[in-house]
Amino acid sequence: MSFWRAVTAIVWKDIRAELRTKDIFSSMFVFAVLSVLIFSFAFELRVPSMTMVVPGILWVAITFAGTLGLNRAFVIEQDKGSLAGLLLAPVDRSAIYFGKMLGNLLFMLIVEIMLLPLVMIFYNLWLLTPANLLVLFLGTYGFAAVGTVFSAIAVNTRAREVLLPVLLFPVLLPVLIAGVKMTGGLLDGETLSSMGNWLQIIAVYDVGFTIVAYLTFGFVMEE
Amino acid sequence: MGGSNRGLMILTIISALLMLAAAFGALAVAPSAVGLTPDETAAQRIIYFHVPVAWLSMLAFGVTAIGSVVYLITSKRLWDSLAVSSAELGIVFTLAAMASGSLWAKPAWNTWWTWDPRLTTYTIMFLLYVAYFMLRSAMDDPARRARFAAVYGIFAFLSVPITFMSIRWWRTIHPVLIDPKSGFGLSKNMMPVFFLSLIAFTLFYVVLLIYRVRLERSREQVDALKEQLGY
Repeated sequence: MSFWRAVTAIVWKDIRAELRTKDIFSSMFVFAVLSVLIFSFAFELRVPSMTMVVPGILWVAITFAGTLGLNRAFVIEQDKGSLAGLLLAPVDRSAIYFGKMLGNLLFMLIVEIMLLPLVMIFYNLWLLTPANLLVLFLGTYGFAAVGTVFSAIAVNTRAREVLLPVLLFPVLLPVLIAGVKMTGGLLDGETLSSMGNWLQIIAVYDVGFTIVAYLTFGFVMEE
Repeated sequence: MGGSNRGLMILTIISALLMLAAAFGALAVAPSAVGLTPDETAAQRIIYFHVPVAWLSMLAFGVTAIGSVVYLITSKRLWDSLAVSSAELGIVFTLAAMASGSLWAKPAWNTWWTWDPRLTTYTIMFLLYVAYFMLRSAMDDPARRARFAAVYGIFAFLSVPITFMSIRWWRTIHPVLIDPKSGFGLSKNMMPVFFLSLIAFTLFYVVLLIYRVRLERSREQVDALKEQLGY
């Protein structure tokens, strides 16, 4: 089976399984909304203007919800034994990585698209610009690229899902920082080209860690 | 076995002597900095401890990353032992660097801590080490543990430069020792003690690493024997 057919097959499998129960998706979305609300209450009384903290709130909500999604994706595979099925199939290990990663990416992007209008309404901001969406996409991609490998690791430990944030958050910081900086900058009226250095960092991160993940995922999947 | 033991003993003694010489040099021989308050002058001598220890913590992280890569390629457990031993030393040196830095910072900047890029990245590096050990302690099967830790070690190491770059242009107040614009920040007559200190600490790290790797290997042998005997 060719590489990309295997990848698409895995993504479709995840989408179809998710469409049946809408488990992961609904918990991700609700958790994201709740995070936004909690941070609003936490900051409301102390900051002069909520616009200052909206980028941070947005990205933290994405991080938390994304971690939830990553966890459940692999846990379900393990619990149902379908991971063994994937490993037995005559496909490259990296096809499993890309399939899982793209599935995670897709779910996160959908949650974000649904979250954005709510944030826009709560804070009276316009966030649906192409530049903003690009920033969100690049950041989410970095999240999915690294998070997929780490959730495969975490799921195989005694602590299971609890370990994923511990492993993931320090490594994810450049994405978080760049994302908050760029989203904030765009809200302040700067253009994407004036923040070229941040774009460079996210691009280096995304490309670099995709390569590292491609090289090392096979080792994580071995029995 | 006897020969290598003797070699290690000689190396240990040399390391101990060099550390004593470096300590003496730092406290008594090195000239005092000029133009500072008495508190700051005394605190400035921390540089002979703080900089080598900070450099070593980063070297240790690098050794862990190299051990991880080689382990994944060769599957020889020695490299995993090297990786975890170096990580352990790295965490100790990281804490030492942060503590000594704070002790210097209070007289110099009037604060124990500040969120300048270098310190922030350093804290993140510390958290990466901690996560590395949490991952290792959450796994029982030695071969799997070694493999997963190796993968994580590689990701963690590669993230450090990117993290540093991404917070670099926040205003920094950390003294820059080697700055292309102003040259070496330490005056010439402090250099000998500084380099002695650097060499002493590096040798100290190497000696500790050798001992720790040996300990790790013995531990593995004990575990293997235990399994054989059915514990």
